This record gives sequence, C-alpha cells and structure tokens, in this order.
Amino acid sequence: MVEVPCSGRVEPALLLKALNDGADGVMVAGCLEGDCHFLRGNVRARRRVERLQRFLPEMGVEPGRVEMFNLSAAMGTRFAEIVTQMTERLRELGPWRRGPVRDEEVGA
Amino acid sequence: MAEAKPFAEVAARLRDGRRILVAGCGGCVAVCQAGGEHEAQTLAEGIRLWGGKQGRVLEAMATAVPRQCEPEWVDSLREAVAQADAVVSLGCGVGVGFPAEAFPQACVIPGLNTIFGGGTVSPGVFEERCAFCGDCVLADTAGICPVSRCAKRLANGLCGGSSDGRCEISSDLPCAWQMICERLAAFTPPKDWSRAENGGPRRIRREDLFV
Ligand code: SF4
Ligand code: SF4
Repeated sequence: MVEVPCSGRVEPALLLKALNDGADGVMVAGCLEGDCHFLRGNVRARRRVERLQRFLPEMGVEPGRVEMFNLSAAMGTRFAEIVTQMTERLRELGPWRRGPVRDEEVGA
Repeated sequence: MAEAKPFAEVAARLRDGRRILVAGCGGCVAVCQAGGEHEAQTLAEGIRLWGGKQGRVLEAMATAVPRQCEPEWVDSLREAVAQADAVVSLGCGVGVGFPAEAFPQACVIPGLNTIFGGGTVSPGVFEERCAFCGDCVLADTAGICPVSRCAKRLANGLCGGSSDGRCEISSDLPCAWQMICERLAAFTPPKDWSRAENGGPRRIRREDLFV
C-alpha cells in the first residue's frame, strides 16, 4: 500500500514502476467524485489510469492490471470487497512477466 | 507541439539493445506533455515492461535536459549516452537532431511525431499558430496567422466557403480570415464613400483661378 496525498499525485510512470518492480497489478483508490480536497485530483487520476489502460496493450500487457476505484475513508467493507475482486482478477490473469523476476528488481 | 509515436514503432527500433536511455526535453514538448521528464519516465518504465513481457531484462533509464536543441545541454547527456545501447529522444525533430549529431556513435531514435508550432488553447488542447513561413505577415493580419490557420493558406482575404464565421472544412473551425477582417475593422473604421462618385459628376471650384 503506497499512500499519496491525493490520487491526483499518481502518474503513469508510478503505476508502471509498480508492475516492473514485481506487482501483478495496481489499483488506485481515490476519494469519491466530487469529494476531492484538491478539487479534481481524483478525476484527473481516473483519466490518467484510463489512458494508461489504452497504453498497456501496446506493451503486450492486459489493461485490467491497473484499475481506479473511488471510495471514501469510511467505506472499509467496500474497500475489502474491491481488493478481493482485484486480487481474483489478477489471480486469473497470472503474472504478467515471462521468466523469473530478478531479486534486485523486487521492491526497488 | 508533438505527440508520442506508437509504442511499437519505437520498440521496433530498439532491436536487441539492453540499456536504453530515454531523454526528455523540458522545452515545448514538455508543455504539450509529450516529451518532458514525466513522459520520459513513463516511456522508460513502459520499455522495461515490454522487455519483461518477452522475458528480457532491460535497463531503461529516464533523464531530461531543459532543451535538447542546445549543445551545452546535450553535452550534459554524454556520459549517460555512452553507457546506452540506444537513446530514445523525446525532443521535437530539432531536439532529436542535436544529440544525433553530438554523439555520432550513438543510436538515437525519435520517440515523438513533431506536428506543429502552436500553443495551449485550453488544458489538454493544443493548436497550430505558426507554419514557419519565413516571411511573417502578422503585422498586416491583426496578429492572426492566415498561413497556419486558414485551411487554404489564403493571403488576401476570405474564400467563398466562409459562412457564419466558420471555415468551410469544418464547423468547429473558425474562419481565420473572418477573424482577421473583424479585428482589422476594429483598428480601421469603414471607408467614407460620401466623397466618391455617388453624388453624380464631381466639380472643383478654385476662385483664385477665375478671370
Ligand atoms: S505569417 Fe504565420 S506562418 Fe508565417 S511566420 Fe508569421 S505566424 Fe508564422
Ligand atoms: S473559410 Fe476561411 S479559413 Fe476556411 S479556407 Fe476559406 S478563408 Fe480560409
């Protein structure tokens, strides 16, 4: 779990780095639309995630490996549900990488 | 203003290179968010991902200089270029050329398609404003460029297709010459025709010449 001040901070390179560093997928959890402390950070985050989803197949990677969700800090149960769904989706997809991951790349 | 090339086109040029340098540029291409530092980082991560997908471990490093069209800044890339098997330049066409010339041994690949000279008209929308014609006419056209903004590049006024201020090629496009004429009218009032031939034959009386 990587905490950022606002989902608007999340840029495509960050999500790709997570995949490169060993993650099978990444989910971005932003505040509910209309509830952004920085006005439109979550809307912009969604647009960036959607753009990245169009870019991923160009590299041969399934777009569903990155996903954006909106929920408030009070929605713990919903969060658990979403994480479970995402985990199931990634389990079905399996690891994106062919061949072994080098140790020094993990958690770099 | 520029746009990213399709990833596959760049990837095909990388061939067997293992160490890839992605060099961003902090100039115009950073303004249109195609070739700045962030885009260089994204492409570098994308290249690693693409390599990993094929079971190859690629080292892709991202860097950026304030302007790739200046030898001093390009020179600061020397060490990083020397270590790379291929360099993807995210400069405009001009920017790609400078490192290519400065480092003749390096394989320099353009990462962008350079499209036009323009600016940001609203966040995320970039429009052409100059076609680099070499003989600027903006002083005569109220600051609006007919070369880049008129679909026919007309030089002397609007064509018959102009309607309701829109260009005939698209109703989304303002007619550049309509804009020019409206702006010029604000500077120069309409001509006074009352002294022309409309009042019948004209006559001049000079009494000092009478005998
Ligand atoms: S007339 Fe238009 S294209 Fe020519 S230099 Fe001026 S702005 Fe550029
Ligand atoms: S309608 Fe206006 S902008 Fe379009 S081609 Fe004619 S003069 Fe040029």
